[in-house]
Amino acid sequence: MKILVCVSVTPDTTSKIAFKDGNSKFDDAGVQWIINPYDEWYSLVRAIELKEKDASISIHLVTVGNKEAEAVIRKALALGGDEATRINAESNDSYFIAAQIADIANKGAYDLVFTGKETIDYNGSSIGGMVAELMNAPYISLATKFELNGNIATVTREIEGGEEINEVVLPLVVSCQKGIAEQRIPNMRGIMAARTKTLHVVEPIVIDALTNVVNYEMPPAKAGVKLVDADNVAELVRLLHEEAKAI
Amino acid sequence: MSVLIIIDKADGQIKKSSLEALTYGADVAKQLNTTAAALVLGTCTDDLSTLGKYGVGKVYQVVEDSLNNLDAQVYAQVIASVTNQVGANVLIFSHNQTGKSVAARVAANLKAGIVTGACALPDVSNGFVVKKTVFSGKAFANVNINSACKVISLNPNSYKTVATEGSAIIETLNVSVPTAKVKVTGINKVSGEVPLTEAEIVVSGGRGLKGPENWGIILDLAHVLGAATACSRPVGDAHWRPHHEHVGQTGIQIAPNLYIAVGISGAIQHLAGVNRSKVIVVINKDAEAPFFKAADYGIVGDAFEVLPKLTAEIKKLKGIA
Repeated sequence: MKILVCVSVTPDTTSKIAFKDGNSKFDDAGVQWIINPYDEWYSLVRAIELKEKDASISIHLVTVGNKEAEAVIRKALALGGDEATRINAESNDSYFIAAQIADIANKGAYDLVFTGKETIDYNGSSIGGMVAELMNAPYISLATKFELNGNIATVTREIEGGEEINEVVLPLVVSCQKGIAEQRIPNMRGIMAARTKTLHVVEPIVIDALTNVVNYEMPPAKAGVKLVDADNVAELVRLLHEEAKAI
Repeated sequence: MSVLIIIDKADGQIKKSSLEALTYGADVAKQLNTTAAALVLGTCTDDLSTLGKYGVGKVYQVVEDSLNNLDAQVYAQVIASVTNQVGANVLIFSHNQTGKSVAARVAANLKAGIVTGACALPDVSNGFVVKKTVFSGKAFANVNINSACKVISLNPNSYKTVATEGSAIIETLNVSVPTAKVKVTGINKVSGEVPLTEAEIVVSGGRGLKGPENWGIILDLAHVLGAATACSRPVGDAHWRPHHEHVGQTGIQIAPNLYIAVGISGAIQHLAGVNRSKVIVVINKDAEAPFFKAADYGIVGDAFEVLPKLTAEIKKLKGIA
């Protein structure tokens, strides 16, 4: 069985968000890059757990990004996974990225493709669904539990106000979120092993981007907090009712 | 050329976020001088002609029981067929759980550019530029869609529903529905609770509440406000509250009209889940809590004293004895 884990490289969760070149580009000065937390903590770790139960499973990582992404991919390989592929391209068009990943997934005949539920930078939640469409495979989004029994997957997914349990025969694409696995920290053995794992670099297939970012904006600054005395809770209720019209 | 809004429902009833998408889609149609129609998959207990109140002239329906369960692959094929059949070129989804499952698939099927998490009407003066939230609500991106067919999924709670007079014509479509590969074997729903992502008001508790046994004051306040309840990550991780209540970077992202944070310091990862809330109230006994910087209103005080008073004052306002 072959699992393909899609990995995106994103700014650290505590990064200061700023833009440059007339607000047309993300300002990456001083930014620390990490594996997108949903890709790392949830989808990659769940794939590793599956492999720990069944050694015949192989895990391949795939990312679309430039050379700088490689250091982060090595970190992902330190957690687990057998090898990685970097598609040498930069884009924030979800169709372009999904088409690159789907090309790898189709050629490699993967049984299972894991993505995070979204990236923390672009917040698209699009890649999994698109890859599934381009593979002509079923797709389950926002998974909180994932179990395998032979080639049948039992997946719990988030729905509004609850959860739904799905059963589906592989191949399958799943977007993973909290609940499916717990965060792990790579150990020294993993870090050493990652250095010698294969990292393929391939050129992208020709795909026209269907969207482009014109520019970025920062949200308007908050006016500042209005503090109400703890002994005057009625005043807070008045403000929320009359001024904010929120209650 | 027309706008098609894909309606989402739960237990046969149309979701509030779909009414927002309807109003939004009708306004996009006005911008483009074209018509808007809605698409309902499966059966529905609501009277669909009333969707006309939100600005659509027509409601297409594919009446097929199997569509009452979501299989993203089936949905994408049916929606793509309908899009081609009715000649729509702008599709609107709500960016909720169903939208996140289906919208991008439909876009890939139609080779349509997609913007998810849209928060404003497109600017059609020069191209088709849609504003969306990025960096977990810390910024916006204006994204141009280059393709002839366009897909937008709208953030819940970011566009105001406007209902007027009007009635829509219902047209049943004959579309072949493929057999679902995904089998639904169970549904666990917490009944009687307001779903977090649909809630107008959310009351949220953090470690400052000291333990799960103290959640009564949060629940009481939520109850009088008709609010959903949420919690911070440490609270979810400690199992004081169920995981699905965790809001933040790695939990659920919400954008209610009012977010009341009690005993939450406001780490940057927590803010990433709630910073799109319209009004933020912070109640914390630590005046240095970073959350106050992101708040509109605040009380520096002990939650165990402040919250019962707040609940009582709101009861007074609402005339509840």
